[in-house]
Amino acid sequence: MLELFRQPWPWYVSGPIIGLMVPFSLFIANKTFGISSSLRHVCAACMPGNIEFFKYNWRKEVWSMFFVGGVLVGGVLTDKFFSNDSPIQISEQTKVNLIDFGISDFSQYMPVEIFNWGNLLSFQGFLFIILGGFMVGFGARWAGGCTSGHAISGLANFRLVSLFAVIGFFIGGLIMTHILFPLIFT
Amino acid sequence: MKNLKFTVLGVIFGLVLTKSEVISWFRIQEMFRFESIHMYGIIGLAVVVGAISIQIIKKYNLKTFYGENITFDEKPFHKGAIYGGVIFGFGWALTGACPGPLFALIGNGYSIIIASLLCALGGTWVYGYYQNKLPH
Repeated sequence: MLELFRQPWPWYVSGPIIGLMVPFSLFIANKTFGISSSLRHVCAACMPGNIEFFKYNWRKEVWSMFFVGGVLVGGVLTDKFFSNDSPIQISEQTKVNLIDFGISDFSQYMPVEIFNWGNLLSFQGFLFIILGGFMVGFGARWAGGCTSGHAISGLANFRLVSLFAVIGFFIGGLIMTHILFPLIFT
Repeated sequence: MKNLKFTVLGVIFGLVLTKSEVISWFRIQEMFRFESIHMYGIIGLAVVVGAISIQIIKKYNLKTFYGENITFDEKPFHKGAIYGGVIFGFGWALTGACPGPLFALIGNGYSIIIASLLCALGGTWVYGYYQNKLPH
């Protein structure tokens, strides 16, 4: 049983569990499930800088920091107790394409050749680690939510704005993957 | 401590994000290359389960565990959803992580993602600074 738990979970098991986050956030405190607003609350708490967007009572939103703290702890517990260190079984076609880009280490959750501290200030490291992170935060706030708030909560609530946001997510991701990655990796 | 229940929910989310490999940069690449059903199956089923749950909550007027009414706030359409969405998509493909996985990856021991998370906070802050000048 524990061995089954340690293996990677198939999509048809994990998808519904993630979907249940929506009703459980509502049941435990009438909160809409979403992650990226926590980043706004951290800004409001730590560096509001007299900016209108950060002038509100962030203390009422402390729950979101407990939530994302839990996500981090969930990562720690999985890594320590429920991991079986098997490499991720991605499709052969994806692997072939990424090898073409010069990626060779498929043993971890991310290509560690790009994502490491020594690479932080190189051209690639700057793009993938720094600019990528910046655009995740900036874009999520401008769009009014991220994958959890728009793609899951929003679509589950049949919100038009979320449908357009998700279309935007894919336009950006497809342009980056199919047009910009081939340029970045040459 | 009334906030601890959010931590418990977060732990479950972090666990499932990791075990489902949603936190993997490779899985996100696979998704944007349409080379596996994995991510589409996860997001699709999550939306279906979430939508059915919301319909049940609305139909039977279910309350929270503490007996309060459950409300759904309106989020009207704004063009920023598309502009911001595209920028978010660039970032999602680059880091291979949306905000939830950023936290879960740090928990899994990828300290380099602390840098990405700090930059995401920076991006959030810069958005706040320029909010009035951006189209919505």
